[in-house]
Amino acid sequence: MSATITAPAYRVIPIVPVLKPGAMEGSGPYVANDKIQEALGFPGHLVDDWHDQAIAKMGELLGKYRSLAVYMDSCVHCGACSDKCHYFIGTQDPKNMPVARQDLMRSVYRRYFTLPGKIFPKLVGARDLTREVLDEWHNYFHQCSECRRCSVFCPYGIDTAEVTMAAREILDSVGYGQKYSNEIIGKVHKIGNNLGLPAPALRDTLEGLEEDVKEETGIDVRFPVDVKGAEVLLITPSADFFAEPHIDSLIGYAKVFHAAGTSWTLSSFASEAGNFGMFIGNYEQLRLIALRIREVALELGVKRIVVGECGHAWRVAYSFWNTLTGVGDGADPNDQFAMMLQKQLDHRYKQPVHICEFTLDLIEQKAISFDKEANDKHIITFHDSCNVARGSRMGDYPGGQFDIPRNIIKAVANNFYEMNPNTTHERTFCCGGGGGLLTDDLLDVRVKGALPRMEALKQAADEHGVNFMACICAICKTQFSKVMPYYGFDRNTVGGVHQLVSNAIKLGAK
Amino acid sequence: MSSIEVSSKSYETDEEGYLVNLSDWNKEIADYIAKTENVDMTDQHWEVINFLREYFEEYQIAPAVRVLTKAIGKKLGAEKGNSEYLYGLFPYGPGKQACKIAGLPKPTGCV
Repeated sequence: MSATITAPAYRVIPIVPVLKPGAMEGSGPYVANDKIQEALGFPGHLVDDWHDQAIAKMGELLGKYRSLAVYMDSCVHCGACSDKCHYFIGTQDPKNMPVARQDLMRSVYRRYFTLPGKIFPKLVGARDLTREVLDEWHNYFHQCSECRRCSVFCPYGIDTAEVTMAAREILDSVGYGQKYSNEIIGKVHKIGNNLGLPAPALRDTLEGLEEDVKEETGIDVRFPVDVKGAEVLLITPSADFFAEPHIDSLIGYAKVFHAAGTSWTLSSFASEAGNFGMFIGNYEQLRLIALRIREVALELGVKRIVVGECGHAWRVAYSFWNTLTGVGDGADPNDQFAMMLQKQLDHRYKQPVHICEFTLDLIEQKAISFDKEANDKHIITFHDSCNVARGSRMGDYPGGQFDIPRNIIKAVANNFYEMNPNTTHERTFCCGGGGGLLTDDLLDVRVKGALPRMEALKQAADEHGVNFMACICAICKTQFSKVMPYYGFDRNTVGGVHQLVSNAIKLGAK
Repeated sequence: MSSIEVSSKSYETDEEGYLVNLSDWNKEIADYIAKTENVDMTDQHWEVINFLREYFEEYQIAPAVRVLTKAIGKKLGAEKGNSEYLYGLFPYGPGKQACKIAGLPKPTGCV
């Protein structure tokens, strides 16, 4: 597969690309099989009356989510979003303009839910939901990473990610799901994490890490699992236990806890921060996955919940855990377990807290210190991950999610440069692999979608000699280490913020 | 469902060419899959494949990249205990490509 995929050329002038209609037609992901679908309670294959069921589901979602109805009605096709999507820039397929992608659904909405569309469909761009249209949804709504960059530029504030989520929810409900995301959600229910990493393998891996750190530093840094009565429960993406460079950040978290003297634990039952329920737009799955964390938090009696480097997990944790689970205020007062957890957690601290907030707090209190020269081989820039940048916050003020990781980098390393400001902070470009697209069958769209970020990195590399792009998301790390070689970068050019922390933290002394 | 044919016997695979029934695996199939991946199997490749299968037998999952590099380093010498060496053997990535040849399920998630 990889042999036929090539990166698009860097643009000389980064403006609206030449259109290539149909360029990404038929580039959609594998369809989930019956086993994968049925494990989540979805029909195993496309149901016979898919048309009626899909329209009924759309009606249900429009009733349930007022926002979706507003987004369907309010777009005036001004075009502000059209050239803001990394997938459009990289693929040049006009249906990957956010406005056009949404219109794949909006046209159907008009036909069935508006008076003019019911009477004069052609006049108002309304379309019947045909099998071709449904296939088009499956194709193009899996070429959106729900990163919401286009929404930043929309004068009406249309959240295009929500439209994609609704489309995927409708597809699942008629038995036309995506293999990658749905298979992974099944593994969370069955084994506890996206990876399918069983508890004995987790313990073996963590014991190996203890040996490695001991060998490297001479110090016994622990990686505890399932410890009752620990102060902190760390919820981190399972990729941190498995993949490179992710595992270096996991070592970083452990060293921070060690240096600060914090008692902490991982959980073998809730060994996953990621929550693909959000990617497929399914509230019930979102909730079920989140509840695993509550169950463990109650069982272990922890006082704080800290979330590792995972972009969408932090969005779910920051924005949804409070009502879903009781981590943070706002759950239904009749939800006795949420109330129980609320009482158990220590509210002198934020609940939940991001590992970057946790670490920077210690840095500011001078509770941990660093040998910054240890990172001198790195000339560093920071890639804002979409779900952290646009779907959440850190710290006590707007924009804390941008400053906190950067302040950590500056505290642990000497060389830091920003990329083009049009590609960072709330305007950051998605890595190209988010939102349930991080799968080999979508590698072509992933490579193409990385173009704008790679252009910005290339510029920073040329101007400042940048050779390391730090980020705080497991998806970003995997995506970049896979696609960077297509753009002439070494795959080790990407890494975690806590990888840098790990390199420089002083363990012996405070 | 897709399938592959090796020595005039048919074996079920998923869309990406991973064996569906893990018990189907044998060395001939491994050679066949390696060919489709443009990997020329050498003794060094087999060291990795055999370790993956042993680890899977015990833990029901492929080892983390770090566990694998450490094990290979212990067996074949420290200079080979790194991911550069493994990428040299399995250019698409030791995690996925080596698992495919070893007849193990594909690691999923954000990896």
